Amino acid sequence: MNVAAPKIDFLRQAEVVGRLKARLPESGVLFQTEDTRPYECDGLSAYRQLPMVVALPANDEEVQFVLRTCNELKVPVIARGAGTGLSGGALPSAEGVLLATAKLMRILAVDPVARIARVQPGVRNLAITEAATPYGLYYAPDPSSQIACTIGGNVAENAGGVHCLKYGLTVNNVMRVRGFTIEGEPVEFGTEALDAPGLDLAALVTGSEGMLAVTTEVTVKLVPRPERARVIMASFDDVEKAGDAVAAIIAAGLIPAGLEMMDQPATRAVEEFVHAGYDLDAKVILLCESDGTPEEVEEEITRTKAVLERAGATAMRVSRDEPERLKFWAGRKAAFPAVGRISPDYYCMDGTIPRKRLGEILNFIAAMEKKYRLRCPNVFHAGDGNLHPLILFDANDPDELHRTEQFASEVLRKCIEVGGTVTGEHGVGIEKINEMCVQFSPAELEAFRGVKRAFDPAGLLNPAKNIPTLHRCAEFGRMHVHAGKLSHPELPRF
Amino acid sequence: MPDALTSLAEAIRAAAADGRPLRIRGGGTKDFYGQSLDGEILDTRGYAGIVAYDPTELVVTVRGGTPLADLEAALREKRQMLAFEPPHFGAGATVGGAVAAGLSGPRRAAAGAVRDFVLGVRLLDGRGQDLTFGGQVMKNVAGYDVSRVMAGALGTLGVVVEVSLKVLPVPVTEATLKFEMPEDKALEAVNRWAGRPLPISATAYTDGDLGVRLSGAAAAVRAAQEKLGGTLVEAEPAARFWPGIREHSDPFFAGAEPLWRLSVPSATPPLGLEGRSFIEWGGALRWIKSHAEARTVRDAAARAGGHATLFRGGDKSVGVFHPLAPAVATIHRRLKAEFDPRGVLNRGRMYPDF
Repeated sequence: MNVAAPKIDFLRQAEVVGRLKARLPESGVLFQTEDTRPYECDGLSAYRQLPMVVALPANDEEVQFVLRTCNELKVPVIARGAGTGLSGGALPSAEGVLLATAKLMRILAVDPVARIARVQPGVRNLAITEAATPYGLYYAPDPSSQIACTIGGNVAENAGGVHCLKYGLTVNNVMRVRGFTIEGEPVEFGTEALDAPGLDLAALVTGSEGMLAVTTEVTVKLVPRPERARVIMASFDDVEKAGDAVAAIIAAGLIPAGLEMMDQPATRAVEEFVHAGYDLDAKVILLCESDGTPEEVEEEITRTKAVLERAGATAMRVSRDEPERLKFWAGRKAAFPAVGRISPDYYCMDGTIPRKRLGEILNFIAAMEKKYRLRCPNVFHAGDGNLHPLILFDANDPDELHRTEQFASEVLRKCIEVGGTVTGEHGVGIEKINEMCVQFSPAELEAFRGVKRAFDPAGLLNPAKNIPTLHRCAEFGRMHVHAGKLSHPELPRF
Repeated sequence: MPDALTSLAEAIRAAAADGRPLRIRGGGTKDFYGQSLDGEILDTRGYAGIVAYDPTELVVTVRGGTPLADLEAALREKRQMLAFEPPHFGAGATVGGAVAAGLSGPRRAAAGAVRDFVLGVRLLDGRGQDLTFGGQVMKNVAGYDVSRVMAGALGTLGVVVEVSLKVLPVPVTEATLKFEMPEDKALEAVNRWAGRPLPISATAYTDGDLGVRLSGAAAAVRAAQEKLGGTLVEAEPAARFWPGIREHSDPFFAGAEPLWRLSVPSATPPLGLEGRSFIEWGGALRWIKSHAEARTVRDAAARAGGHATLFRGGDKSVGVFHPLAPAVATIHRRLKAEFDPRGVLNRGRMYPDF
């Protein structure tokens, strides 16, 4: 993670600042170290780099001007929302302009009849729901950082949350993205209808980590707030049993609104922090939410409880009222900060696996804890197989940091081996770029580069993220696994 | 079976070497759809079968040449379904064709479109390269989401030889209600209802008749019936009604008049175009049988913030699909050049120059 920080070329900086100030006010162009320091990293703080310049455009015309200028000067542009991303997708470049959307935070329209909201990219995820609440509507994707994270960042990362199984990801809840190409051409992907002519470029742009276009306006779908929601907290004395319980719920034809799992180290860390009322004797707990009409919820809760009982739950509690439901969820949503209190640093993984391989992965993680002598509490979006193991380490101890990286890399490769992916919702960014060489073949990576070229021929938007170069993969390629097949199966590994 | 895949790849490579167009075809049930059919037929049906299906994963991985009816039967056995209700438009429709066409049925407004259920694809690009994107899991943000783009790409970027689809349980209960009201009132009602937590899974309006389908837990369907009123349709005619809309076998779709498909924001008031109309998707999908000028139809859709497709019949020289904005058209052309540099795959099927 520690690389020598590239130096900023001050002549170049002066040139870019001069050009940008022709149209942007003083407060919209930052370049002094004390002003640019707050932008040196996103949520993945192990990677830091001061940007050459920070641009804060206040409207579409200024965004277009910044992009046209940078394109002409061949300066890389890195877009940034609230900087809550966990994969270093908004890590600045010493040669680039960081385009922050902090001044683009207006909610342009909330239409309760059409059930849409039209917002600027810097609007916070939760602010959309707050604006829709008076109409009995809300914006469904709810990443844990929803108080702070912006919709522009959500689109860039295809953010998820704890209700994805039933309500989908960002890509399923965004109708239209407006923005500009690096050349400053206005573009519109998707429509406010349910589809668009031609190729589904809205799907391609969502989750593209700011590498294809810069977003200036997003239309999201709003959905009716369910009349009631209740959550079951079920305890298990065995991780595999809990995994089987998840499969049994699905097999019974139930699609819970949320289905989360936390292991004992995670519940213990959380309980001290937020007092969510978790069962601390349980090896693992499941949180299973049902929402809908009151009649529907009662029917589902009864059915779910029966399934969990048969699956061997040792205890169960059902939230009696809204405050208790929120308390149960508060623990899950605070898992990361809670773990942050018990360890100087933690490293969060984001692999996704087929649910049926859960037991195998958990055993693998336990073996890695021993191998690398590091603790690793686990929280999972069990419903969709998305894992967030949190490796605890101390960044000031270079050996621990090194072991953490090895640990994480082994787990991610294991996720690929069992038919999963290295990232379910946090993105590749700078962090998982090496593992991309493992998950995809050279021809597939070249196809990704082709997509990039189609939108950004000069390669100026967020370069060096998400899609590794051939050279980078060659360096990393000492041990190559692709699609679960080792390229040299005769060699002992893991 | 791997031989079938190899021969598909070889056929593409050979065509690419000579710059010959190939017309990708499964059951041929959607030959009517799209701009033009060019080139030698590349039959995808040799590479068929379900690769993996574990109902507790809510995912099925299936080869492109598999008959859609076979897939649906396998899912039904486990009380699961393709929630986007893809139209077959005839016997022999394949899964690959359904994905490439990107068409969704009555449940679309409630459940999502084909693209919302595509989790991963394996495709052969215009060089005959075997590429896999996405996977078999619900959440996957590694690399660009190329697999979803294949839904509705009409085979112009690659031949979908395998696809992983999210599946959902069949609703425990369904009920269909009928209401009589004029078009503007029906549009107002379906939009108002969609803003309330009701288990509405489909709507259909034509000629003063509004049909509403409720799907979900028995208690929820019962409660919604009480809230909405209307007349309950007997189970048997209801079970014929919705597939009839999906398959265009409903009497509305009979006849040789040009059929336009207008996709507009759901709350758009009546469009007032000449001809009869059939409204689905809570107001967001409007079928119009009309001899009106293409320009008139397209302008009406565009004014509302949507787009119009000449779906069936009519004079295709006016352009089947809505024209693209210049900057977006440029991106289309560049993507085509990246995935299919020799222009081999379904040349001209989407746009004449594409």
